[in-house]
Amino acid sequence: MALWAKFKPDFWERPEGQDWPFKHMFDFRRIWKRAVLLIAGVALVPLVIITAVDYNVTQKAIVSDVLLQTSRLVSNTKLSISFFLTGRAAALQFIVEDNGIAALKDPRRLAEILGHLKTAFGGFVDLGVVDSGGDQRYYAGPYALTGVNYRDQGWFQEVVGRGVYVSDVFLGFRNVPHIIIAIKHHLPDGTFFILRATLDTARFNELISNVAVRGQGDKFIINLNGQLQTPSSSHGQVFEKVGFPVPPYVDKTQVVEGLDAGGEPAIIGYSYIPESPFILMIVKRKATVMRDWLQTRSRLIGFLVISITGILVVILGVTTYLVNNLHLADQRRVMSLHQVEYANKLASIGRLSAGVAHEINNPLAIINEKAGLIKDLFSFKPDYAQDKRLLELIDGVIASVERCAVITRRLLGFARHMAVSVEPIAVRALIEDVLGFLRKEAEYRSIDVVVEVPDEVPTFVSDRGKLQQILLNLINNAFAALSDGGQLKVAARLAGSDALAIDVIDNGSGIAPEDLDRIFEPFFSTRTSSGGTGLGLSITYGLVQELGGTLRVQSQAGEGSTFTITLPLQMPQPKGDASANPAGGR
Amino acid sequence: MRILLVDDEKEFVATLAERLELRGIDADWVTTGEAALAKAAERAYDLAILDVKMPGISGLKLEKLMAQRHPGMKFIFLTGHGSASDYHSGIAEDRVVDYLVKPVNIEALITKMQATLTS
Repeated sequence: MALWAKFKPDFWERPEGQDWPFKHMFDFRRIWKRAVLLIAGVALVPLVIITAVDYNVTQKAIVSDVLLQTSRLVSNTKLSISFFLTGRAAALQFIVEDNGIAALKDPRRLAEILGHLKTAFGGFVDLGVVDSGGDQRYYAGPYALTGVNYRDQGWFQEVVGRGVYVSDVFLGFRNVPHIIIAIKHHLPDGTFFILRATLDTARFNELISNVAVRGQGDKFIINLNGQLQTPSSSHGQVFEKVGFPVPPYVDKTQVVEGLDAGGEPAIIGYSYIPESPFILMIVKRKATVMRDWLQTRSRLIGFLVISITGILVVILGVTTYLVNNLHLADQRRVMSLHQVEYANKLASIGRLSAGVAHEINNPLAIINEKAGLIKDLFSFKPDYAQDKRLLELIDGVIASVERCAVITRRLLGFARHMAVSVEPIAVRALIEDVLGFLRKEAEYRSIDVVVEVPDEVPTFVSDRGKLQQILLNLINNAFAALSDGGQLKVAARLAGSDALAIDVIDNGSGIAPEDLDRIFEPFFSTRTSSGGTGLGLSITYGLVQELGGTLRVQSQAGEGSTFTITLPLQMPQPKGDASANPAGGR
Repeated sequence: MRILLVDDEKEFVATLAERLELRGIDADWVTTGEAALAKAAERAYDLAILDVKMPGISGLKLEKLMAQRHPGMKFIFLTGHGSASDYHSGIAEDRVVDYLVKPVNIEALITKMQATLTS
């Protein structure tokens, strides 16, 4: 809310001109809201769309890169393993073709071949020749396996059927993990024999462990039953079953997204190794391999949030500034229309009072003369000259006529001064003149009116009509604030060498501190319910400025207010004053 | 002194004339500019008191005509329009003229008449 307080336009809480017929012409709150929404929409929607597109493209690119890398790694490793196995199978095939069964029957030759294989390829443990009955007839190696019958073992059935065989990793008779590669060779007599080699798994495991997988991935080989054939960093020990189903057979490398043994999202690359029971698997934790993407994503979202915040701050600031100015201009427009209306109203009052005063003046003059004549007749005739009672009555009539005459002259004077008339003004006379309009009200309400004008206050040159309006407005306001029996003081004093100040001081209700800054604003009124337009003080303020002066206020709620008009002793020349005489001529 | 009062308000001008007569001033009265010109042609007057606003010939115009025909004649204007002060000067036909504002105080009027005649 503190942020809103910063951006809240000045007019937000202010009522529009309630008494003004065009008050609904502009809804500045709506203008502000629409401007903010529209500009924010135009600025932010493309930004969000572009960011969303970039987000998707980047994410896809990174995912696709990870998939491609994984696929490449699986394919390369598959080739290595495949080459490892086929190379050894081909070596056995070559030995059979090159040596023939006769040479292989020679234990020394067999041992010699085994020695060559170990040297050339490494990993060979033993070598045996098995006849078509499953008996291992000849054997070279560290174990005593001559004569062992393999007829009932699975691998024997397989090699008989398929010609070449690569076994799973298994323990067998020797209870050590190993792999068997066996090839079947047909003899001219229609029988066959099998050359069977055992490989220890160290080289095999080495092949896998040398594969460098980015991002702490796991790489291992399983057989068709899902049993681990090589050690795994996170999927269990050799011969254990992995925690996910064996992937379906495909002849090409596959990379899929799935769950690893721990149930975490993972990128799983696999490939069936041809002519073997092995499936190469590389499993990468998605969270790890996508770390780059997460960083990019954070940067992207951060950029978006900062951009949106920045744009919104600018939009709110600029919109508030512009709509505030718009509102101010509109207030000025309405204010000037009001001033015209107010001036017209005053002019009408002026014309009306001049007309009334003139019309009353003529019969008053007649009453005055008739009463004067009666008095003359009585005075000049000795019979009545001594009748004091009669003369008093006549004097009473004449005095009343004079009182009426004073009123009509004041009205005529008021109307006449509506015109711009810069003239020397005696402050006391001016104040008394204005107070004359309110004297009766003051008497009825027992308001004590004091005028204080020290002798050193000189006459000064200003616009009498405007000054009358200013004082009338301020004194009227003071009367409204005063309760019956209150006190009003109008005091003039010198303010420096070239200015004078007039204080209008009342001990009325005062002005609340929160209203004090706003009382000269147009349409600000605390008396809207009792018909206040909120224009009196703003117009007064404008009039004082037109006279080259200033208007200030000091107030304590409950204790009263002091309005101080400071005016130059010589009014500055108005610029291009085109005021008409609204009261008409003589 | 012989004076002529001109005002379209008959009640006012007749009563004022009678009051002046009571004070020994020879005062005739008429209610129009035309009648005033005729009256002035018949008799010589020292002073004319003219209402500013009258139907037909206005007070200001009448003053100009009479001044042409009767050099030496003095004039005082009466007006229903006035300010807070009872007396002030104004501009009429390029000349400064003196006004008295209705209703008038008879003593002030006589003082003004004497002052005008001796000026």
